[in-house]
This record gives sequence, C-alpha cells and structure tokens, in this order.
Amino acid sequence: MTALVIAEHDNATLKGSTLHTITAAAQCGGDVHVLIAGHNADAAAQAAAKAAGVTKVLVAEGAQFADGLAENVAAQTLALAAGYSHILAPATAFGKNILPRVAAKLDVAQISEITKVVSADTFERPFYAGNAIATVQSSDATKVITVRTTAFDLPADGGSAAVESVNAVADSGKSSFVSREIATSARPELTAAKVVVSGGRGLGSEENFKILDPLADKLGAALGASRAAVDAGYVPNDWQVGQTGKIVAPDLYIAVGISGAIQHLAGMKDSKTIVAINKDAEAPIFSVADYGIVGDLFEVVPALVKELG
Amino acid sequence: MKVLVPVKRVVDYNVKVRVKSDQSGVDIANVKMSMNPFDEIAVEEAVRLKEAGKATEIIAVSCGVLQSQETLRTAMAIGADRSILVETDVELQPLAVAKLLKAIADKEQPQLIILGKQAIDDDANQTGQMLAALLDWPQATYASKVEINGEKVQVTREVDGGLEVVSLTLPAIVTTDLRLNEPRYVTLPNIMKAKKKTLENIKPADLGVDVAPRLKTLKVSEPAGRAAGIIVPDVATLVDKLKNEAKVI
Repeated sequence: MTALVIAEHDNATLKGSTLHTITAAAQCGGDVHVLIAGHNADAAAQAAAKAAGVTKVLVAEGAQFADGLAENVAAQTLALAAGYSHILAPATAFGKNILPRVAAKLDVAQISEITKVVSADTFERPFYAGNAIATVQSSDATKVITVRTTAFDLPADGGSAAVESVNAVADSGKSSFVSREIATSARPELTAAKVVVSGGRGLGSEENFKILDPLADKLGAALGASRAAVDAGYVPNDWQVGQTGKIVAPDLYIAVGISGAIQHLAGMKDSKTIVAINKDAEAPIFSVADYGIVGDLFEVVPALVKELG
Repeated sequence: MKVLVPVKRVVDYNVKVRVKSDQSGVDIANVKMSMNPFDEIAVEEAVRLKEAGKATEIIAVSCGVLQSQETLRTAMAIGADRSILVETDVELQPLAVAKLLKAIADKEQPQLIILGKQAIDDDANQTGQMLAALLDWPQATYASKVEINGEKVQVTREVDGGLEVVSLTLPAIVTTDLRLNEPRYVTLPNIMKAKKKTLENIKPADLGVDVAPRLKTLKVSEPAGRAAGIIVPDVATLVDKLKNEAKVI
C-alpha cells in the first residue's frame, strides 16, 4: 500500500497543511510519496523530502502548475495515480478545489475532511457543521481523502526521501490564473496559530476591530472573525472562522463580541481553551467557553491587555 | 446561454441536529428543511445573469426524495424558468449526483453550471468539482464574483490567503461562496407564477446512472463534549485562570 500526498506549496516553501496531511497518510498504513506540482519548486520538494514517513518526492515542473490550477494539478495526479492505494490532500481551499476532480475521474468516492484514520479503509469525518461524526468505510480501489489538518500532528523531521522528476502533463488550456490579493501579515497563520483572537459583529466597524491588535500582539496571536464581521466588511474574507470558513483548533481561542452561531462553533469548538467576551449573558458562545466574561468588550479588551502586562 | 443550477434540499441551517441514540444516523424526522443556502446564492446569481441579458434560460435541478419538489418550486419562485427532479429514495452521495447532473448537462447543453460550494448537511464540498471533471470542463470554486465576458467567465475566488481571480473558457462550472450575492426574498406573486412553471420528474434509470452509494456509514456519533465552563467576574481572574489553570499563557 502506498499513499500519494498532493502537496500544497508556493514553490518556495512547503505549507504546513501538507505536513499534517503526511501524518494522516502515514497512518493509512504504507509508504508515503509526495507530489510537488509546481514551477521552480525545488525548495518545496526538499522540504517535503525531510518529513519523516516520506519515501519519495515526485516533482512535476511547469508554468502550468505555478498557480495551482485545479485542472492541471488534478490531471498530473491522475497521470500518476495508478498503484496508489490512497491519494490525500489537505482540506484547505487548495486541496478541496483539486481532489474531487481526481476522485471523479477515477470513478471513486471522496472522503472529505477526515479527522481520524481508523484503518486503511475506515475514517472518521465531521458533518452537519460538526454536530455529528460519521465513521465511513470505502470499498473503492483507491481511497481519495481530504484531511482536516488540525486533527493530525506534524510529522517528525529527519526524513531523507528521494526526489525524482516526473513527466509534466500539458496545460488544460481551459483555465488561466489572472491575479491574486493575498494579505501579508507579521502575525502567525490563522490555521496554525497557538492563540487566536477572533472578533464578531459586536466590534461594530472596521476601525473598531483595531482594538484587538494590542491583545493579539501581547499573546502572539493570529486574528480571526465571525462570518457576520466579514459580511459587514469589517475584516477580509480570509479571517473567517466557521463551518465554511477556516477550521481552527488553537491552544487558546478568545471570542470577542461573537454570539456563537452553530456555524461559527463548527470552526473553533475543538480549541483547547475557549474564552468568550460578550455583553449578552445568553449568547450561545458561553455554552462552549471555558471562561466567559459578560461585559462590554470595549472595556474588557483594554482591561485584559493591561492585566497581561 | 443556458444556465443549469443544481439545488439540494437540506436540514435548515438554524437547526442543531441530534445524533440518534442508536448511532445509526442523525435524527431529521420532522425537522425543518430548506434549500441549501449556497444553492440559493447559485440560483440568485443565475437570475441576475438573466436579468443582465447574459443568460437566456435557467434550469433548476434537484436529485433526491419527492419533497425536493418544494425546493425546485422555490428555485422557480426566485426566477428559474423550469426545473427537473431526479427522484430517488436512495442515499445519494456526491459522485452519484455528479453523474446524474452530467447526464442532464449532456442533454440540456448549458454553457454554465452554478452550484453551491458545499451542502450544509454532508459538508462534502465535492459535487461541483466532480461534475467539472466528468464533463472535462474548467471550474472556479468559492466564487465571490462572476463576470461573463463573451466566451469566457472571470471569477474571483475566496481562498485561504485572500482572493484570487481566474479566467475560464465556457462551458464552465462555478461554485458559490457566501459573499457572491444576497439572495432576494421570494415574493408571493412569484411563488404563484412558479406553480405554472414546468417541473419534470424523472428517475436515475432514465438517465442510465447507477446511484448506489460507495461509502458505507458504519456509525454516527456525537462529537466529544466540552466540560461546562465558568463565568469569571473580571480580567484579573481570567488571566489568573489562563495562566495557572488552563496554562495556555
């Protein structure tokens, strides 16, 4: 049995999501190979080769892979699929976009967002916004799986896999990358951060959201938000934590002015410790919070920053 | 340009489902059902394209139990011109749905198929992408903006780091994200008009598709619960607890 992990990377670096996926792949029971479909992606390939559990890194080189277009990365995966018992990708925007194309062409089911490998053919996955966990079994010849990265640890370092080139498939010619607007921040990445400070509609404006900055600075935290705050235009879309946004499971999640709708809880209820600050004592967020403060966030947050010293 | 919009009948987003005590599934008896919110956004987008003169006909499709007719009536009340129900009581998984939709697309020849990015019941996020692969069409998932320019469609996508823009040749698949549009309220006159629109009822066998599920659900369990928390009176207590009890700072 051998698993193939479709790596998420930006050519220069390997994304952490790929590493968590490698852990899940290894738990499926056999060898793990990693596919780097990219453009001048040697650095990413070398990083993948160092992950414990990886025995081979396959590199498909071409401009057609530079921006992760699903049509091309899926086609490359299919060109290599024969012989793999499992094909995995992180359950990130990247992986979720690409992998179902692979499953459909192989005429097999896909198991989305697994949180546990029970055995080589049986997996756990959340559904109904994380209010239920399904244990599903696949009898398909190839298991195609996306992996919830917060559910799997990082692999150890110290691997030294062989890196080899594979023939690159041609551009599909049907899609092209135009542009991107990716935020750069000195803060840790939301899905990998140990501490997340998250704001909701209660903040009231884009300007008001800035009161969370000193708190995030003090705690070395990433900043997140509820859907309501994003819809209202207070913060960009990539801050959204929730059922259809980012799933996070930090050591500490501080929800500020967030009511705690089912869909938001789906994105953060696996956090180790949850703190809620809300002026409404009945807010559903308090039902998942370990520690809650009922009060005006515009008073509580600065007071908290001061108390942290 | 014909636009196909698949829609799914799901448990309403406000409902917090319960897991059955025998772990055989989720209890949805007598629970409120609605059109999947992302599919509402898809129908709305198709209607806006028609209002802008870019689409000529909108066909709504649903696959599943007979009551999905209600979902299709809603789609037609929002503005779809006609609808098709592929009726079956079999548990439909995304691969089967994609195959059914492909068969319909082969027949209807739309230039654009707009789907919701995921259904809020199974949270699979697969059908649009699978359909694109079966049709060999390009795809743009998680759309927050869709612009038709002649033979191409330019889509702004919400991705993990922010936004990206891709350009696809038609025919193409687009899946919707939350901020693509805000669906209109369905008005009573439009609900009445929708009753006169055509709703065709067919079966998977008519399309020659085997819809048997591939994944077997062995059990459905509740997620690990959290211990009840406490309300603390002030930030001093909070910081003390975080440092000494939870030990996270």
